[in-house]
Amino acid sequence: MNAPVSHLRPPGQDRGLRDVLANRFLLKLIVDKEIQIRYRGTVLGLLWSYLKPGVQFLVFYIAMGVFLELNRGIENFAVYLFSGIVVMNLFGEVFGNASRSVVANGGLLKKIYLPRQLFPVSNLLVAFVHFVPQLAILLIACFITGWRPDLKQLLAVIVGTLIVAVFSLGLGMLFATFNVFFRDAENIVDLIVMVATWASPVLYMWIMVRDKLWEWVYFVYMLNPLTVAVELFHYGFWFPTTDMPQIWHVPPHLLTWWTPLTIVVSALIFFIGDRLFRAQEGNFAQEL
Amino acid sequence: MSSTASKNVKERTDQDLAIRVQNMSKEFVLRHTRSMKEAFVWLVKGRKGDLTAKFKALNDVSFDIYDGETVALLGFNGSGKSTSLKMISGVMNPDSGTVLTREKVAGLIEVGAGFHPDLTGRDNVYLNGAILGMTKAEIDEKFDDIVAFSEIAEFIDTEVKFYSSGMYLRLAFSVAVHTDPEVFLVDEILSVGDEPFQKKCIGRIKDLVRRGKTLVVVSHDLGLVMDICERGIVMDHGNKVYDGSVFGAVAHMRHQDPEEVEREHRENLARAIEDKKRHREREKAEALERGEEFKPQYDPDLDGPLSEEDATSA
Repeated sequence: MNAPVSHLRPPGQDRGLRDVLANRFLLKLIVDKEIQIRYRGTVLGLLWSYLKPGVQFLVFYIAMGVFLELNRGIENFAVYLFSGIVVMNLFGEVFGNASRSVVANGGLLKKIYLPRQLFPVSNLLVAFVHFVPQLAILLIACFITGWRPDLKQLLAVIVGTLIVAVFSLGLGMLFATFNVFFRDAENIVDLIVMVATWASPVLYMWIMVRDKLWEWVYFVYMLNPLTVAVELFHYGFWFPTTDMPQIWHVPPHLLTWWTPLTIVVSALIFFIGDRLFRAQEGNFAQEL
Repeated sequence: MSSTASKNVKERTDQDLAIRVQNMSKEFVLRHTRSMKEAFVWLVKGRKGDLTAKFKALNDVSFDIYDGETVALLGFNGSGKSTSLKMISGVMNPDSGTVLTREKVAGLIEVGAGFHPDLTGRDNVYLNGAILGMTKAEIDEKFDDIVAFSEIAEFIDTEVKFYSSGMYLRLAFSVAVHTDPEVFLVDEILSVGDEPFQKKCIGRIKDLVRRGKTLVVVSHDLGLVMDICERGIVMDHGNKVYDGSVFGAVAHMRHQDPEEVEREHRENLARAIEDKKRHREREKAEALERGEEFKPQYDPDLDGPLSEEDATSA
């Protein structure tokens, strides 16, 4: 009776993200669905993906650039501002939706076994689809202001994007798990997304943190993967449009020191999120 | 049922196992509190009282199900039969004990799981099919059959939110019965749609049984269960209290004599088949009168199992 039976296996034991890759067809269908229903019943459709960041940019530009006169201190402030905003939007979209994904698909998870990480991962891909229009606008602005990036700067953008993706998906899986047990998590997520914009040099410059606060704050500040991603975007999109002489444009040791460090931080968060999610996913069905 | 009786005689080895459940237990935590605030207050107050209450949903349940067996899980509400099915499908994991199954276990657990009202019928067939474990090639191949079976071909490109609830169920059921897992799980969903469609669905399931599919059914419809299954497991408050022939299981539920249950069921079945035969004769006579060629609608009770190709189009 206790002899192992080779052709049988315990049900519902998935191999995590590898199973998500094995289910690419289902992943694609879920992503398609999310994109289709995002702007269902709207007249403007996907145009909203351009309009929303556009308005957001305008508000910040008028408030920060014109009223607080930051556009005098920073050359091409519009490009500076928008390259930070796109990073934050990508983060907010992945993190916010991935955190909600398990609870939102509770009805399905309770009834049928699926690799559960399909849901957070699908949100990452959906976010990228909405990230592309914003990137397009940013590129247009860059070309207008005379953008001539070198290879290193283009690579910085790609690395920055990857850091945001890994970090926000990891954090998303972490909070998706919390959210199953305590719905408070959703509100904490909203709070984090709100604070994140101000905890990175999106609307101001990183030197303000270094000059106005203690040194250890600056150190912690630079350990935030979002800060580094924003600076990498600044380095890739905004820096090549300026006349470049000032040394404080990007933080020192950005590429040699802070970028590798935050890659480690992001990977660590991702690892913890993945581990926690997989440790708890067996309990999702009964807790939802 | 005669063919299944002969299967029982054959010696079964572990190689023929489809599902093995050993000492499966499950406790549910009935959480009194849902927020961090309450959990925090409870902690601060020195953990007085129970934050949670426990409820034993399954208690040391064991059974083996072999390939080609058709098993009914019976019991009153809250007896643990649906929970058992969730363990087998992998939606939940047992607290202790082991559950082992064949690679592909799926089926009719929830009709229309993952259907989205804003997608068209076509998109939903693909989405739902993929959720139930079908590959793109499989869905492409069976798509026409699925639509034909649902009888709503003209609405297939309409968004599902405009469907009537009957149309919705038809399409959903249609997708579900066209999946091809090694073990079919059926949870209380045979009561869908109007009567003709219901009969069609039950016919489809009987045909799967006849072709040797392993089936695990949860249902309260004891008559139907006796019709489809050969074996019955009765659960009561998380314990397995009976495991044997389906007639014995139904007798256990009804506190009747097993032989009486079986005799009654056979009589009902014989009467139903007589009715169907008479009905078909009458239709044939009417068709002849009108000078048409009579082509009877497929009925698994009268016509025997379909060949593989016919089955997909029936």
